[in-house]
Amino acid sequence: MDIQIPYLNFAALLPLLIVVVTGIIVMIADLFIADKRSLGWVSLIGVLLAAAVGAMQQGMPGFDPAFQNMAVTDGYAHFFNLIFLSAAALSILVALGYLGRVGLQKGEYYALLLFSIAGMMMMAAATDLILIFLGLETMSMALYVMAAFNRNQRASGEAGIKYFLMGSFASAFFLYGAALLYGATGSANLSVIGGVLGGGGNPIALLGLGLLLIGFAFKIAAVPFHWWTPDVYTGSPTSVTAFMSVGAKAAGFAALLRLLMVSFPPPTLAGDWQAAIAVLAVLTMTLGNIAALAQKDVKRMLAYSSIAHAGYILLGVAAGSAAGISAALFYLLAYTFMNIGAFAVIGALERQGAVGSNPSATLRTGIKDYAGLASRNVWLALGMAIFLLSLTGFPPLAGFWGKLYLFRAAVQSNLTWLAVIGVLNSGIAAYYYLNVIVQMYMKPVSDEAPAINLNLVTQVALGVAALFTVIVGLWPSPVIEMTLRSLFG
Amino acid sequence: MNQLGFPILSTLLVLPVIGALIVLFIPNKQEKLIKSVTFATTLATLLLSLPLYFSFVTGEAGFQFEENIPWIPGLGINYHLGIDGISLFIVLLTTLLSAIAVLSSWTAIKDRVKAYMVLMLLMETAMLGVFVSLDLFLFYAFWEASLIPMAFLIGVWGSDKRIYAAVKFFMYTFVGSALMLVAAIYVYLQGGTSDLPALLDALSLSTNAQIWLFFAFALAFAIKVPLFPLHTWLPAAHVQAPTAGSVILAGVLLKMGTYGYLRFANPLFPQGMAFWGPLLSVLAIIGIIYAALVALVQEDVKSLVAYSSVAHMGYIMLGIFSGGLQGTSGAVMQMVNHGLSTGALFMLVGVLYEQRHTRLMSEYGGIFAKVPVFGAFFLISVLASVGLPGLNGFVGEFVILIGTFKVNAAYAAFATFGIILAAWYLLTAVRRVMFGPFNPANENLKDMNAREIIAALPLVIFFFVLGIFPNLIFDKVNPTTEALVNAIDSAQTTAIVER
Repeated sequence: MDIQIPYLNFAALLPLLIVVVTGIIVMIADLFIADKRSLGWVSLIGVLLAAAVGAMQQGMPGFDPAFQNMAVTDGYAHFFNLIFLSAAALSILVALGYLGRVGLQKGEYYALLLFSIAGMMMMAAATDLILIFLGLETMSMALYVMAAFNRNQRASGEAGIKYFLMGSFASAFFLYGAALLYGATGSANLSVIGGVLGGGGNPIALLGLGLLLIGFAFKIAAVPFHWWTPDVYTGSPTSVTAFMSVGAKAAGFAALLRLLMVSFPPPTLAGDWQAAIAVLAVLTMTLGNIAALAQKDVKRMLAYSSIAHAGYILLGVAAGSAAGISAALFYLLAYTFMNIGAFAVIGALERQGAVGSNPSATLRTGIKDYAGLASRNVWLALGMAIFLLSLTGFPPLAGFWGKLYLFRAAVQSNLTWLAVIGVLNSGIAAYYYLNVIVQMYMKPVSDEAPAINLNLVTQVALGVAALFTVIVGLWPSPVIEMTLRSLFG
Repeated sequence: MNQLGFPILSTLLVLPVIGALIVLFIPNKQEKLIKSVTFATTLATLLLSLPLYFSFVTGEAGFQFEENIPWIPGLGINYHLGIDGISLFIVLLTTLLSAIAVLSSWTAIKDRVKAYMVLMLLMETAMLGVFVSLDLFLFYAFWEASLIPMAFLIGVWGSDKRIYAAVKFFMYTFVGSALMLVAAIYVYLQGGTSDLPALLDALSLSTNAQIWLFFAFALAFAIKVPLFPLHTWLPAAHVQAPTAGSVILAGVLLKMGTYGYLRFANPLFPQGMAFWGPLLSVLAIIGIIYAALVALVQEDVKSLVAYSSVAHMGYIMLGIFSGGLQGTSGAVMQMVNHGLSTGALFMLVGVLYEQRHTRLMSEYGGIFAKVPVFGAFFLISVLASVGLPGLNGFVGEFVILIGTFKVNAAYAAFATFGIILAAWYLLTAVRRVMFGPFNPANENLKDMNAREIIAALPLVIFFFVLGIFPNLIFDKVNPTTEALVNAIDSAQTTAIVER
């Protein structure tokens, strides 16, 4: 009997494999190594190695699709890998500084982070609904555990269980949608689906698309499928929030964009989803920002604001054009650095002055805890100001070009009204971001504010994120060029 | 064209940033060194800006000292700088007032001196950037960037209600400019470029589109000017801001609004200007009268000067929207005049405030004999602001009124009434502060010291120089404004013919 070994083309997915292998190594080494910090460093090396290999691959001629046409290594996947790996590297640095301080330094944290990154990379490379789903689950499973990582705290446990339940719900929607799409077209491959649908008008496929959209909307935390987000983001350890608010969102957008643009390509099939995405964008931006206005806790405020940012990125999706994709890519990369940076500051302030892992110690994430931060630690305040202004979309910072680029894509696709709602939302957002800056710079320090100890890794993480935000702000051209080279095919 | 062999405008933009970086590395304790380096930087910027005036080709309407290099080629955005007759004097005003503002905060700022000086320098770069950018997005970037330093100057070093004032200032301006961003994107996609000179050549928009786009730009600029009824942020910001903040705010920041009309809104959307112009003129007149009446009842002298600013900016708006050469040139002249005279007034109020920590006029009175040098400066500045013939304010207002009269006599009549009111409230202020019975609380009031005199003197010299030789300005301004007015006129007429 002949046994044929299928041609899987592992070489094309080498960065992904490096991340997975590093994750396994970390998990095994965890059994023998007492110094858990070293596992963090091992993970960081693995992530950087994967990024380096990815960069090398980008210079090489095109790769064949891997796993029997289920995954590709195109510029698009490369760009998303860059986002995921940057998010991973920053998050590992943040975690190295944060976890030890709050008494959560454990080896499996880094293994889980690597596995979820692997899931995200799979989603960006996948050209098949099955593989997208596998990536989604790999990513989500790891994140569920990470959300509940601080098991001594009820909020963290609640975050984990809530995320798990809602996430499973979303996965079910996704699976139904995928099944219907498969039933309608006879294939799970995105481009085959696109080919079969051709002229459109298939109600079963449309129903499938609708269910898939709901699944994605859960993952990227789009209104009205965002209910889990504030609690999960607030309850999770801050280093986890930083990571998932960026990574999971980017992964969701990676697969969503490819699905829409390949299986339901504009202009013929854009009518099927463009209006829905536009409505989703409006709701997400507006509700996220208005809810954020009311928050008294900075971490929760940023949780809502990250909902709003998904709304801005949806503008690029709704545009349904090359410009829209490239804008979304740019924004996601800029968002990675500024949002992880902002959460890193929150993490750095959290439980300052508390002893050990005492859960009853004050959290210090309230807006009042930021009063006078500028005179307690100049650099921490400056970093936070840079991240928040960039999130507002202030020039000359990375976030400004991201917004400009997204709004441009919307206007170009005759969605000027959407861009107008977008800028008005920036106005709302400016108020609550500014509020934190006002606290930091214009209010006096309260007497009981503890001294701030910043360890070196945290400083490095903040420094890298802030420098990126400023440099890309002053000179966005290289990143924009890169996004333009990173479209499909 | 660039008649100097080197990128002078970029140098002007970079110099304050370099100064700010140097200041950043001076230890906090060495306050004197920090101040000296800051002042030296602003002085160097001022001196470097002088060749702009002397090398400026008089009679040339177009842009000079141009620099144009690709910045974001993927989006077609260029780093395009240049100045013409409209921006030349505002750039000079900015470099002058920045140096003066630093000098005037020498002893007034005691807390966090380093941060203050760094922000002053960054502010200067942002303001200069607004006036020299010839690319829509470059302009927008500087426009927004200028918000942050000023919000901090008000919010950190201001008086009691500084946070309210800073947030109000920030939110008004930020939200006001939001629509301008979308409009700019629209124009850029329609014209295929964000380069202003190229857009002026190539852009052809329907009247309807122009009306909308003009609205989006005009809203941002109207808030900055500020035009009644969008002016409410200004008194708050002025009263709370530290002296130097007020000087910069009134002297330069408000000009960003009127400059925006002249540079962008009007030439890009002439139909929009025709549609909205009457409304803006009427609002300007309401502002002139209303602000004057409010100024009349102010107890706080700084607040009085702030409202006088609203009124004076109304004249500039009136001149711009008269649409004629005289009105437009007069508006440019008056932008400079207002910067000089209001800058001087805020500075002088600061001199009193620094000693007595009050700005209420009832706390002063009869101090002329006690502080004669201060008295002379104050009186001259008030007269310049009121528009006494022989001083600069007269020329600007007179030319604007003539220009307005030609278009609409009723507008001119109301505006003239505003001038009478201005004389009333400003001279009342002089009377209450300087003359009348001596208030013994001012027994220890000291006259202006050498530093304060050096800071105020250039302004007063310019009152006279520009009052007597207004052509120093008009010669260089007129070719540009004439070209502008003609371009707008012909665009408006063509549209009427087509209809």
